[in-house]
Amino acid sequence: MTDFAVRVQDLTVAYDAQPVLWDIDLEIPRSSLVAIVGPNGAGKSTLLKAMLGLLKPVTGGVTFPAGLSKHDIGYIPQSEHVDWDFPTTALDVVLMGRYGHLGLVRRPKKADRALALSCLEKVGMADYRSRQIAGLSGGQQQRVFLARALCQEANIYFMDEPFKGVDTVTEKAIVALLQELKAAGKTVIVVHHDLQTVPDYFDWVALINMQLVDAGPVSEVFHDKNLSRTYRGTMPPLKGAV
Amino acid sequence: MDMAPSTEIQIIAVLIGAACALPGAFLVLRRMSMMSDAITHTILLGIVLAFFVTGDLSSPLLIAGAAVIGVLAVWLTELLRRSRLVAEDAAIGTVFPLLFSIAIILISRYAGSAHLDTDSVLLGELAFAPFHRLTIFGVDIGARGIYVGAALLLLNVVVIVLFFKELKVSTFDPVLAAILGISPTIVYYGLMTLVSVTAVGAFESVGSVLVVAFMIAPPASAYLLTDDLKKLFWISAGIGAATGLVGYQLASLWDVSIAGMMALVAGAVFLLAFAFAPRRGLISGSLMRRRRRRDFAAYTLILHLYTHGDGIFSGTELAQQLRWDLSLIDRVCRSLIKAESLTTLDGRYALTNAGILRCHELIETLFASPRHQPAAPTNSPSRG
Amino acid sequence: MLRTLLTDYTFQTVSLGAALLGLVSGVLGSFAVLRRQSLLGDGVSHAALPGVVSAFLLTGSKNTEILLAGALATGLLGTLLITAITRRSRVKFDSALAIVMSVFFGGGLVLLTLSQRIPDANQAGLSRFIYGQASALLQRDVILMVICGALLLSVILLFWKEFKLLCFDPQYAAALGRSTGFWSLLLSFLTVLAIIIGLQTAGVVLMSAMLITPAVAARQWCTHLWSMVTLSAVFGAASGVIGTAASSLIPQLPTGPTIVICVSAIALVSLFIAPGRGILARALNRSRGRARLVMERRDGHGPFN
Repeated sequence: MTDFAVRVQDLTVAYDAQPVLWDIDLEIPRSSLVAIVGPNGAGKSTLLKAMLGLLKPVTGGVTFPAGLSKHDIGYIPQSEHVDWDFPTTALDVVLMGRYGHLGLVRRPKKADRALALSCLEKVGMADYRSRQIAGLSGGQQQRVFLARALCQEANIYFMDEPFKGVDTVTEKAIVALLQELKAAGKTVIVVHHDLQTVPDYFDWVALINMQLVDAGPVSEVFHDKNLSRTYRGTMPPLKGAV
Repeated sequence: MDMAPSTEIQIIAVLIGAACALPGAFLVLRRMSMMSDAITHTILLGIVLAFFVTGDLSSPLLIAGAAVIGVLAVWLTELLRRSRLVAEDAAIGTVFPLLFSIAIILISRYAGSAHLDTDSVLLGELAFAPFHRLTIFGVDIGARGIYVGAALLLLNVVVIVLFFKELKVSTFDPVLAAILGISPTIVYYGLMTLVSVTAVGAFESVGSVLVVAFMIAPPASAYLLTDDLKKLFWISAGIGAATGLVGYQLASLWDVSIAGMMALVAGAVFLLAFAFAPRRGLISGSLMRRRRRRDFAAYTLILHLYTHGDGIFSGTELAQQLRWDLSLIDRVCRSLIKAESLTTLDGRYALTNAGILRCHELIETLFASPRHQPAAPTNSPSRG
Repeated sequence: MLRTLLTDYTFQTVSLGAALLGLVSGVLGSFAVLRRQSLLGDGVSHAALPGVVSAFLLTGSKNTEILLAGALATGLLGTLLITAITRRSRVKFDSALAIVMSVFFGGGLVLLTLSQRIPDANQAGLSRFIYGQASALLQRDVILMVICGALLLSVILLFWKEFKLLCFDPQYAAALGRSTGFWSLLLSFLTVLAIIIGLQTAGVVLMSAMLITPAVAARQWCTHLWSMVTLSAVFGAASGVIGTAASSLIPQLPTGPTIVICVSAIALVSLFIAPGRGILARALNRSRGRARLVMERRDGHGPFN
């Protein structure tokens, strides 16, 4: 049954002997906008990295549907780990998203460049295409990375807290993009920090606190009981939760 | 091929200068500049071990051995770093002195009789380069240094051009590289092998420490001069080549150490870039900052006029309100008058229409909301 | 045989000098390693060459104190330059270090060839500078080392709080109103002084090791700064003495490199056997921990039982 985008089975991840994720079983449906929520330190980013193959689990594993290749997966990380002083422009960064499609020695072609430019336009950053990335604001940098992921023309997108600390313009751009991606049949999996906006932006949610508390459509699963189980009573009452 | 020795030396210098700058650019970008120093010091161990194996000081195996030990040193450093017990720079500083010490001990104990000139390993001497000839089938086809230099340059150009995007993405964003299927580890060791081979080839001519100068100073200068990666490489290679040339000329003019002079030239170029680079240099940096302060003062002042009372104040009143020096007020107002944003009304300052428009522009840009405008002053006869 | 060694005057002098070297560089090196400036030792050592040669050219004397003063001057100048480059441009510390180090050294070579024209100049000094010649330590050299070493250590003790803050949280220090620039520079200067003192014993490359390796070793055992610094000093001093002894007992073993081998061995052992964070301890922990995790999961337990 290839209706899923990602399947996680028996996943346990630990740093040395300290468990971070415990026995996660999760099947994320295709063409959905998925939020992964949970308290800080609950293992949300770790789950993302495990799904991307950036970590080795103690037990269990992650499977994608057959036929999915590495450039079908797009990743927008929390932006700190990149070298901001690197001599590269916004357009150049977006163009790097095409490298997975090109072979080992090949160079990006005109079509690749055109696609990169159109992705920049989509996030509203076309005017900044020749700007060196250190000269961009935090929100603008985030949008450039968004454009890069789009440029990968992936089928599944992973985003790690894309809304954290961004300005309203960027936030609106990201939300519009999510809608577009969903309409195009893509799957987007987002580690999200703001519970208020989960029902507005997402249709599927996974609640994580080292273990999987619950997962499913937002309308079914995103309710007070689950939320208090996830946050163990550390959470103020929410408006708008079902 | 019958060239004057001085010509041969200069050709070698240009080739080595350009060849070293290329892998060096990646070291600078990856913040691993001192790896060049580490690798050049481990060369001694490689040579010693290869010498023990071959017993022959002029065997090409010596160069191979040196390059291999260079990569070994890198691998050991990586091991240490990956254990998370030692920071990256400390790892480098733990491994290479150890290997160097082993080399010296081996030399003292077992190779004391052979003429392994440790001084020349570290210092090199380009002046002697014309004396090492390359002969094929008994025919002298020129100084060996030229062919080594050319080979190094070719190797670096080919590798960097072929794998440009792999090198670029794994340097800039190793996580993305991993996701795209480009192994950052393979790229890393490939790059270090390139650095090692280049360092070994170059040290023969210029010595260990100056390989560092050639690998790091030209790219660091280029780093201050451009934001485009491709241009960075061209400029690095260009500076490297020019350094070799100019360095030799000055050295023969003043009759001093050739390699030392080249290092000084490399340093001088960097100093020039540091001070005068168009956007990132000291001078342009402070000029830019000064201009920005002036601009900021200017629009603080006109916005102040725009939002306070009827917008007509004397210089002294402004000085009081803004708590600036009167001289600063006068200076700023003078430039605003010249820009036609301000005018004088009975010895007091007031905004012109153009000035008011400028305020609108500023508000739009600064507060990013076209509809938000503070109430215009109640009494605004047309001015100017 | 050991007894004759221990009572031998030369051995006493050299090993004392080496022990002092190890002690002082162990202390200063701890700070350098913690501030991610480990290779400053290597850089400053190379930057000292033009100072040594200039001192000779200017004074005509090969008096140790004068040469060392010259070395100190260019060493400090180099450090200032590195700081300036790092603070005022986007060139990073490692690149600035490499540039200053190699360019200054090149300058030293140029000066050296200039000095060759002077009739009674002798280039044996260069070899000694690069490789060090511990065996040539004189009693007056050691006395100089004692004085400078005592000075350095007292400054460190005096400003312990400031240096500690600088290492761990420079931003916090700045917020507290302490001028991080000044303390940073002061610490760098002290490091330069320590390096110059040790240079004639251990030589350029080996001085780097003495600054870094004892600190790396000590780090594996200690969680407090003061204990790390002390242990680092102990490791450094011990390597100095053992290295000197070994090189005296075994023929054809130069002192400097032997000291480095000693301290590297100590570091290697520390990395492996240090309790809790050592490689052996971690491997044991991890395999035990993971086995336990797997078993618990299989038995249906939660993550904490």
